[in-house]
Amino acid sequence: MFCGEKKLLETERRVKANDREFNEKFQYATNRIHTSKYNILTFLPINLFEQFQRVANAYFLFLLILQLIPEISSLSWFTTIVPLVLVLTITAVKDATDDYFRHKSDNQVNNRLSEVLINGRLQSEKWMNVKAGDIIKLENNQFVAADLLLLSSSEPHGLCYIETAELDGETNLKVRHALPVTSELGADISSLAKFDGIVACEPPNNKLDKFTGDLSWKDNKYPLNNEKIILRGCVLRNTSWCFGMVIFAGPDTKLMQNSGKTTFKRTSIDRLMNTLVLWIFGFLVCMGVILAIGNSIWKHQVGDYFRAFLFQDEVGKNPIFSGFLTFWSYIIILNTVVPISLYVSVEVIRLGHSHFINWDRKMYYAKKETLAEARTTTLNEELGQIEYIFSDKTGTLTQNIMTFNKCSINGRTYGEVYDDLGRKTEINEKTKPVDFSFNPQADSKFQFYDHSLIESIKLGDPKVYEFFRLLALCHTVMPEENNEGKLIYQVQSPDEGALVTAARNFGFIFKSRTPETITVEEMGKIVTYQLLAFLDFNNIRKRMSVIVRNPEGQIKLYCKGADTILFEKLHSSNEELMTVTSDHLSEFGGEGLRTLAIAYRNLNEEYFKEWFKLLEEANRVFDKRDERVAAAYEEIERDMMLLGATAIEDKLQDGVIETITNLSLANIKIWVLTGDKQETAMNIGYSCNMLTDDMNEVFILSGHTAAEVWEELKKAKEILFGRSTGFTNGYAFCEKLQELKLGSTIEETGYALEANLQNEFLEIACICKTVICCRVTPLQKAQVVELVKKHRKAVTLAIGDGANDISMIKSAHIGVGISGQEGMQAVLASDYSFAQFRYLQRLLLVHGRWSYFRMCKFLCYFFYKNFAFTLVHFWFGFFCGFSAQTVYDQWFITLFNIVYTSLPVLAMGIFDQDVNEQNSMDYPNLYGPGQLNLLFNKRKFFICIAHGVYTSFALFFIPYGAFYNVAGEDGKHIADYQSFAVTIATSLVIVVSVQIALDTSYWTVINHVFIWGSIAVYFSILFTMHSDGIFDIFPNQFPFVGNARHSLSQKNIWLVILLTTVVSVMPVITFRFLKVVLYPTLSDQVRQLQKAQDKARPLRGHKRQPRRTSSRRSGYAFAHQEGYGELITSGKNMRVKNLHPTSGLGKTMYNSTSWIENLCKKTTDTVNSFSLDRTVKL
Amino acid sequence: MYYGLSNFYQNHRRYVKSRDDSQLNGDTDSLKNPSKECEPYRKDGDKPIAPCGAIANSMFNDTLELFQMNESSLIRVPLHKKGIAWWTDKNVKFRNPPGGNLSEVFKGTTKPLNWPKPVYELDEDPENNGFINEDFIVWMRTAALPTFRKLYRLIEKKGVLHPTLPVGQYLLRITYNYPVHTFDGRKRMILSTISWMGGKNPFLGIAYITVGSICFLLGVVLLVIHHKYGNRNNSADIPN
Repeated sequence: MFCGEKKLLETERRVKANDREFNEKFQYATNRIHTSKYNILTFLPINLFEQFQRVANAYFLFLLILQLIPEISSLSWFTTIVPLVLVLTITAVKDATDDYFRHKSDNQVNNRLSEVLINGRLQSEKWMNVKAGDIIKLENNQFVAADLLLLSSSEPHGLCYIETAELDGETNLKVRHALPVTSELGADISSLAKFDGIVACEPPNNKLDKFTGDLSWKDNKYPLNNEKIILRGCVLRNTSWCFGMVIFAGPDTKLMQNSGKTTFKRTSIDRLMNTLVLWIFGFLVCMGVILAIGNSIWKHQVGDYFRAFLFQDEVGKNPIFSGFLTFWSYIIILNTVVPISLYVSVEVIRLGHSHFINWDRKMYYAKKETLAEARTTTLNEELGQIEYIFSDKTGTLTQNIMTFNKCSINGRTYGEVYDDLGRKTEINEKTKPVDFSFNPQADSKFQFYDHSLIESIKLGDPKVYEFFRLLALCHTVMPEENNEGKLIYQVQSPDEGALVTAARNFGFIFKSRTPETITVEEMGKIVTYQLLAFLDFNNIRKRMSVIVRNPEGQIKLYCKGADTILFEKLHSSNEELMTVTSDHLSEFGGEGLRTLAIAYRNLNEEYFKEWFKLLEEANRVFDKRDERVAAAYEEIERDMMLLGATAIEDKLQDGVIETITNLSLANIKIWVLTGDKQETAMNIGYSCNMLTDDMNEVFILSGHTAAEVWEELKKAKEILFGRSTGFTNGYAFCEKLQELKLGSTIEETGYALEANLQNEFLEIACICKTVICCRVTPLQKAQVVELVKKHRKAVTLAIGDGANDISMIKSAHIGVGISGQEGMQAVLASDYSFAQFRYLQRLLLVHGRWSYFRMCKFLCYFFYKNFAFTLVHFWFGFFCGFSAQTVYDQWFITLFNIVYTSLPVLAMGIFDQDVNEQNSMDYPNLYGPGQLNLLFNKRKFFICIAHGVYTSFALFFIPYGAFYNVAGEDGKHIADYQSFAVTIATSLVIVVSVQIALDTSYWTVINHVFIWGSIAVYFSILFTMHSDGIFDIFPNQFPFVGNARHSLSQKNIWLVILLTTVVSVMPVITFRFLKVVLYPTLSDQVRQLQKAQDKARPLRGHKRQPRRTSSRRSGYAFAHQEGYGELITSGKNMRVKNLHPTSGLGKTMYNSTSWIENLCKKTTDTVNSFSLDRTVKL
Repeated sequence: MYYGLSNFYQNHRRYVKSRDDSQLNGDTDSLKNPSKECEPYRKDGDKPIAPCGAIANSMFNDTLELFQMNESSLIRVPLHKKGIAWWTDKNVKFRNPPGGNLSEVFKGTTKPLNWPKPVYELDEDPENNGFINEDFIVWMRTAALPTFRKLYRLIEKKGVLHPTLPVGQYLLRITYNYPVHTFDGRKRMILSTISWMGGKNPFLGIAYITVGSICFLLGVVLLVIHHKYGNRNNSADIPN
């Protein structure tokens, strides 16, 4: 844990309410958040310091210092300082802007207002001034400013509702409640101001679901747990106000502690580049040493006798020392093998690619007006190398909208749409939805396409009536009226919302409820049912029931739940209907719909009364109460009559299936990590075709001790390796909380078994086609990512939309946030953001692939170019007495990299593409080279280097041969140093320009302009610098006067340049030609195809994955939390005004204080006992 | 007519930079106070050296004379010493310091150590004296390689009908001033005829023939390969 350091400092936190002096003793962090790095004064020194920490910059600084020493300075200082200053300035400006925006966002958050109780009065205070111990008031829909202890709220019993989407991504409301003693404080400011309780609790940590501590107040100690804490980042909902006492502020809050380190992400190319640069340094030193030794020998054998003409000063006398000096001189000259412009160019290219992403209209989501955004500009080429995608489910794959999609009532399915010929058709925008205008209370957002259902209702089919009546009665939804008097539902689980809304639209409108009654408008007639018992949902029962008495006096039990469970409880007369319905259910399940079976039972008065006594008894005893209550429920939920089944679609975002299919074709493994339950996760797996029935092995890891998980892994392994064919179709479905917990303890205990477990898991998971991890916490998401990162050395991408995905987004190589949703945390932490999951396909297969392709080409060319440029000095060294004489004019050396050759290669790095976007998407296999790192690796690097060395060899030795005994056309001597320099420089510029023209596979106007422009600029600068005028002004700086004119008017020179160019380029052309013809890559083939396509583009049928015919599989999934039944029957969550004093049977089923404890216990139970709910599978 | 030197490192870094272009351009300040680059041939005692630096100091100063040997007499072959330097060098880069009489202009300076006479006594012709002496200019244009030749004199064509140098015996008379044996150097005298592309230079011709034939061969081979394998890919299914 990274807060370990703090733990040493703070072992226990003591906060006293309303007592700033007391709390100041401990110097707790204030609520100010600080993410910026510099301020105006510290910017320059810190930024420069940081910049010179980069090896490259430090190296150039070192070079600059070397150049200032006249003894070894072989190049003027301006050759280094011009680019260095340029680079430093650009980087500094970029850092400054980045930090400016951080300041801005910090300020925005810090200056949010909240109401704080100061000196007995409520005052508006900025968030940053809030301190631990302060009491603050929150209003409905406000963000919580700090981690608070809930004191009191507007709701009865100190309840309040919060939405924790920012923290864990769950959108359903959660209940928090104050201690009874503090909830009595209410909104009474004066008594709140007098409140002086002391909270003693654990030090700041990042565990979102745990809190331990106690409150001492008025000589009493009250234990505190997570149920009494509201965390920063939550939003208060359905609660008009509440008061809370700040316990953790600012950086100590759980949200901040959970946000993890912001690590600087680097791409693998970056790392490779750094290694290569180090190698090049090594190479540079080698060359320096060779030349220095050469110098010593030369000095010894030739130079000393040459003294008459070369002056000899005292330092030059000793050959060894002379060699030493030469070494440094050559280091300076040859430094251009690692040009500083490399780093700048790489940044510029990435920036360009980022803008392409930002400007991509195909990644613009019109509905929410959200553009794709590359928030980090340095990771683009890594997008072309992704091997693993870790995806969140809710809000990322799905829209988090549940729709009532299909149903089966009494053996007949509704919801399919048939065309005139009776064929099943796809539902699209053109399909006419059912018109609900007959029902004034219908929810306009609800759409249903099967008209036969509405006809059945109009015909008054009693089974259909009963079906919808059940949906309207058996749930935990709370009705509310909004400002316009329209009925809205407060739903705890979106599935229920969908069901109740469906019932509403079909004429069974759930109107209101009291603890004892439920009022439903049935086809325009108000009917009030007496609620006799509420048999709550839990994960073992997988069903819920209500027992109601209708106005006619009949007692009925309505039940909905998992088909597997429910079918066992049916009356034997249902056999036939059950077979039909279960066929329907598997059909629904096969389409990835979430299904529930529903049934009812008629009860007679006596039986019910008897049973109710049993239940009350069960409730009274304290020993094993849960078991006895469950047994009682079991007793009455039997011999039920099947009504049918519902199918709810957890709506996938558009194009998710295609995207996932395409990405899998690109050999990218997609793992879904979700906090959801296993069934829901599994359903999504099926609905987005990640799981299919032809996957013949399903491994579910759900053990909850190390040994159990170990066993399960072993079994899975046996299955996999025991059979030779079982490999490819296996997939694992894992409930893996447990072993990750073990994984995290490894760091502390280091047990070999647990380390083994980690490897074992990874080994199996990586063989599997699909991995779905459910019930994972944000931290575990990150751990899974880290695991793959560490052991597979693969490039990972995490995509998510909620705050619970932040840790995962941050720890993956690339984090993608889904934008356009309510919460922005994920986006803020991400490197890329866009509005729809389907854009991921384009981001990876088009932008990522291109970026990678371009970056690799760029690097290859860049290293080639600089080796060709620099090594000429090396060859020349052998002919100039190893004296570190440069081959070129100093101006040429200064300008070569930044003016003459920078733009064409930048244009290639930014615009090049091997195949167009359509083909990139159509042939996902093209993505392969990036994953295998084929386009730029050490081998490629050496090929580039060899190419560069060869070119430099040709560049030097052809002019050398030609100049050996040459004379001008007029007989004048042209074999002088300056002509030689101009010849080689001109050849070099032409050769590298021809080379870039060969490398460019996608020509835009800009490429043309830059390449031709560079050559033109070279010649114009050459002639300018060699002109009389500039020589007259600075005779010492421009000694090459008249040279260009004289040399370049010689036919001889041009013949040399032509020969050099041909010799340099010919082998490359040959090699490439042979490669394309004999061993074409996929990319080459697609290119050829593309050329053919450009002439006549065939219509490509849209690939659509056929829905598979399904095997029997339960589609049961229900996002429901236990405990709400009790809330309803006790009436605790109802507004006082809604409470009608009516008498009923279930009036006081439990005493009023126990339910809260019950609820808390059960909710924590659900959190801890998820692994108990074994899979439902057939 | 060229003179050639071998093993003479006119391209050595210290040698190359040991000159002051402003001084050679006739800048009076630089004349009196030459650039530091010229060290240690900057000043002789306290007098500035003109022209300063190692290049100037080591100027080639042998004199070559060519005679045609007739039966009895020696006929001197006329050698032109003007027109051997580049136009820009002669007119732009190298200039004498302003002022009338060269000896006065160079007053207060001293000759380079190795020179027998000062710079203003290189020639009698005022157009070819001082810094604009063409022999000097040619020397100052440093060679690229340790073996080099520099234009010494021109032998003019007498006309189309008469050979410039008829067949016969010739005598080369060398006034030996320039020691090369210390550094194992060689001196050469080269006579070369100028064609449309300059002097005789077999390298380019051979290189062109070689590269040309390789290109041709490659072209044929690649054409064959392309015909044999090239079409295979067009029809091949692209795996997906």
